[in-house]
Amino acid sequence: MTASIPISLEVNGERVEASVLPRLNLADFIREHLQLTGTHVGCEHGVCGACTVRVNGDIVRSCLMLAVQAHGGSVQTIEGLSDSGEVADLQGAFRERNALQCGYCTPGMLMAAQDLLKLQAEPSRDEIREHLSGNYCRCTGYQAIIDAVETTAGQRRSRSA
Amino acid sequence: MKAADFAYARAASVEDAVALLATHGDRAKLLSGGQSLLPAMNLRLISPELIIDIGGIAELRGIAMTGNTVRIGALTRHVDVQRSLEIAAHAPLLKEAIIHVAHPAIRNRGTIGGSLAHADPASELPACMLALDADLVVQGKGGERRIAAGDFFQGVFQTALSPDELLTAIELPIPPRNSSFFFHEFTRRHGDYAIAGLAAQSVIEGGIFAHLRLGYFAVGDRPVLADAAKKLIGKMVTPALLSEASEAVGNELDPQDDQQASGVMRRHLAKVLLTRCVATLLSQPELLRVTE
Repeated sequence: MTASIPISLEVNGERVEASVLPRLNLADFIREHLQLTGTHVGCEHGVCGACTVRVNGDIVRSCLMLAVQAHGGSVQTIEGLSDSGEVADLQGAFRERNALQCGYCTPGMLMAAQDLLKLQAEPSRDEIREHLSGNYCRCTGYQAIIDAVETTAGQRRSRSA
Repeated sequence: MKAADFAYARAASVEDAVALLATHGDRAKLLSGGQSLLPAMNLRLISPELIIDIGGIAELRGIAMTGNTVRIGALTRHVDVQRSLEIAAHAPLLKEAIIHVAHPAIRNRGTIGGSLAHADPASELPACMLALDADLVVQGKGGERRIAAGDFFQGVFQTALSPDELLTAIELPIPPRNSSFFFHEFTRRHGDYAIAGLAAQSVIEGGIFAHLRLGYFAVGDRPVLADAAKKLIGKMVTPALLSEASEAVGNELDPQDDQQASGVMRRHLAKVLLTRCVATLLSQPELLRVTE
């Protein structure tokens, strides 16, 4: 039997100490050990984007990262971004524009969209599409999602002006 | 699916990684960014007994200029290459190619060394290494050696690395100031693996190619440096000459059928890529009529 490995990391601002098997991926660690089930697991091979989280400030696929690789790092999940209010306007725009239906992809979409809006204040529709191209949605046909991200970018610009 | 059980070791240094590889050989796999390895493990295509995590070896990260060379550490992430001012100035081909590698969340973890050592014939970066005439620096028990990109890639997921060696850096000769590049790939959707692609590096003097390297990808079991480029060097490129070079490209490539495209279609696309590449680099749109 493989030995467990001790890890220490920060998740949504809180210190977490755990002992995990090497094969445990970060998505399953977040969901099953920390009960933060906002991070969804879809394809488990990096294609669908449902498990997108932030590690050390960058969005990553949590299904393509081992929990042991997050040792010493800082992880933010959709719960963190939601509770802090960081994506409140984006969530509002998604709701307003019906940019979700079943909601399975939404946490990953919000993660990827917020990442873009931090990098770029005025993204074009093509740039939004490109940044979200690694996140699949099987319900909406994407147009409403792009509308919601575009609207949020506009609102943030007018607030900061 | 989930990866099968494996043992895990963190390598503290290159020497440490080499020692672990020397002990465990083929039973072990190196983990850098994990963006190709972990999907393969999750799909149970491979089940290594030991994962050697080299992600923490700081000396393998970063981009530095040394003399006439740009040196990229093997653990440098795609996003770092994409944003590097040195790469933008001296290897803009690489910057352009990276945009086509998967998606932002993948580029935040994936590393250049991981991509090259993985040696997927459909991936962009190995072909760029051919076009840029890069050397790959590897280290093993016997010390360090340099392998020319043209000798490094040996087949589908096959490289010249021995089981006890790891890729530590990539060295790109700085191209002359007046050089230019071309990059294009055909994919079903942005970020997908290419159906056929071309990474090219050139120097044009007085409307004539003084230097031209054509690195094709997704048209064989490894990236291919097309010999047909030589036909276009040192001569005024006419539609007849381009047509001849295009035939030569078609003859030297041996693309395979898969679920994405037939070999015949890939061969056709390789010719289309050559025409677009030459017409674009020479700013002669009339040459596009050769294949389109």
